[in-house]
Amino acid sequence: MSDTFFTGAPHWTWFIVPYFFIGGLAGGAYFLAALLELFGTPEDRPVVRAGYDLAAVGAILSGALLTIDLGQPLRFWHMLFQSANFPAVMFKGWSPISFGAWAILLFGLFSVLSALGARAEEGRLRNPALLAVGSAVRGGLGKLVSAVGGLLGIFVAGYTGILLSVTNRPIWADSAWLGALFLASGVSTGAAALILLAPRRGATERSLEWLSSFDTKALVVELLVLAAFIASLGSLNRVWVSFWGLLLLVGVVGFGILEPLRLHARRRPLASAAKLVLLGGFLLRLATMLASEGIDRYRVAAGL
Amino acid sequence: MPEPMGFFTDTTVCIGCKACEVACKEWNQLPAANGGIGELSGDSYDNTRKLDGIHWRHVRFIEQFKAPYDGRWLMMSDVCKHCVQAGCLEVCPTGAIIRTEFDTVVIQSDVCNGCRACIAACPFGVIDINPVSGTAQKCTLCYDRLKVGLEPACSKACPTDSIQFGAITELRSRAQKRVDQLKAQGVQAELYGADPQGPLGGLNSFYLLVDKPEVYGLPRHPKLPSRNLGKSASFSAASAAVLGLLALVGLRKRRMEEVGHV
Repeated sequence: MSDTFFTGAPHWTWFIVPYFFIGGLAGGAYFLAALLELFGTPEDRPVVRAGYDLAAVGAILSGALLTIDLGQPLRFWHMLFQSANFPAVMFKGWSPISFGAWAILLFGLFSVLSALGARAEEGRLRNPALLAVGSAVRGGLGKLVSAVGGLLGIFVAGYTGILLSVTNRPIWADSAWLGALFLASGVSTGAAALILLAPRRGATERSLEWLSSFDTKALVVELLVLAAFIASLGSLNRVWVSFWGLLLLVGVVGFGILEPLRLHARRRPLASAAKLVLLGGFLLRLATMLASEGIDRYRVAAGL
Repeated sequence: MPEPMGFFTDTTVCIGCKACEVACKEWNQLPAANGGIGELSGDSYDNTRKLDGIHWRHVRFIEQFKAPYDGRWLMMSDVCKHCVQAGCLEVCPTGAIIRTEFDTVVIQSDVCNGCRACIAACPFGVIDINPVSGTAQKCTLCYDRLKVGLEPACSKACPTDSIQFGAITELRSRAQKRVDQLKAQGVQAELYGADPQGPLGGLNSFYLLVDKPEVYGLPRHPKLPSRNLGKSASFSAASAAVLGLLALVGLRKRRMEEVGHV
């Protein structure tokens, strides 16, 4: 039996599962928007703007979910500054949760800046102060913000899996593939969300085709990484002989990856494939997290 | 600077009286579980069941009445191991978990924000949330008592000296003598966590066991959570690079097609 079975569950459930999904989606959407900003064409601008908006809303929601989940929500800032020595910074480069707290904060800042830039571009900002900020975040500075924000976005999409691996819990700490898996899923769900939202912002057929083509590749990467994750668990895979295993197989692999791949291959309907990708991304977090959360140390020790 | 202090728990003389549990609860003013309403486990004479945020000591009953055993009770008073290399301290993002001058590991309740990273990082399942404070809590090895020269409440209350408190070096030599004595009597005794060259640099709360560690609910090779950091980060970076490359190749292909059409 793996030594990880003798540990306690951290109760990362009803706020953290949605956070992992929304954070991954927001990070992935910003990453793709930044790539289109830096290497795309002017006709991709609606997708870029939708990506920044999505990222900003996602980052704010992520911060809110993380804060609400704390046992002492008003002490959320203890993760950023030393409470007894303010304003000395609190940061542990070797602790993903510490690294992640800063990454979420900075990602939120960059995505809000980019979203303001996008709204200024569309002429949707009325407030003079916000308009001044939005107008400043365009051109060269806008590209710099996108480049840094894109790196933060891809980090936010994947660090949550690393965070789970850097524990002592069953499944999570028994594989080093969760970070890569969540990252691929985050980028894939980001692309799916853009396929659903960008048409309302005026996205062209060519931009949507590129998103669909990229999402197909991202889903293949996700499937391969999921296979590597399962293979790395070895004999531990018996934990999947449960409801969570069924959810992983049918919900994530079947409806969340294979069916969208089939729909993408037929080119239509894009929205149906995107909705299934989002469902699969959420179920992936749900299954991997709750399968481990359900394993209780004292029950293992008592042979129950 | 005081020398490292800790516990040596000789499970062979534990009688399961739970005096240590009560003394710990009383001294640390820990609340009752379930609002004080008694709840029976239903499958064991032990109704505490596990260590958590309001049970910093737990006397584990191992009731061996199935094959290959023909009826045996093992008792072990479990507690935080105050690891020399502590996983909880490693991951804590607020700096709430500190190492004291006694080489023990303490959670500062006024700094902890209840993120629960330490719960998942502990290789022994020791830490949990105290619902009253909303923060992660565990044994402090009675840091407040140690500061004024008193021994921890649990070892003070232990009627059989199953829990012995003292300087780690002294406890290790005492424990080795006890193992030798038991072995001379034909008992298969072994120390768990006493070796400073062993897992986690040794445990400042170590045990004398007469069965496999797993039987007592202890991992055979406890590890630090950071063991996965490098590999997991590398796989993630590789995955990000592949996805970024695929996106760029797609954009380039689209541009080439555009040029072809013109």
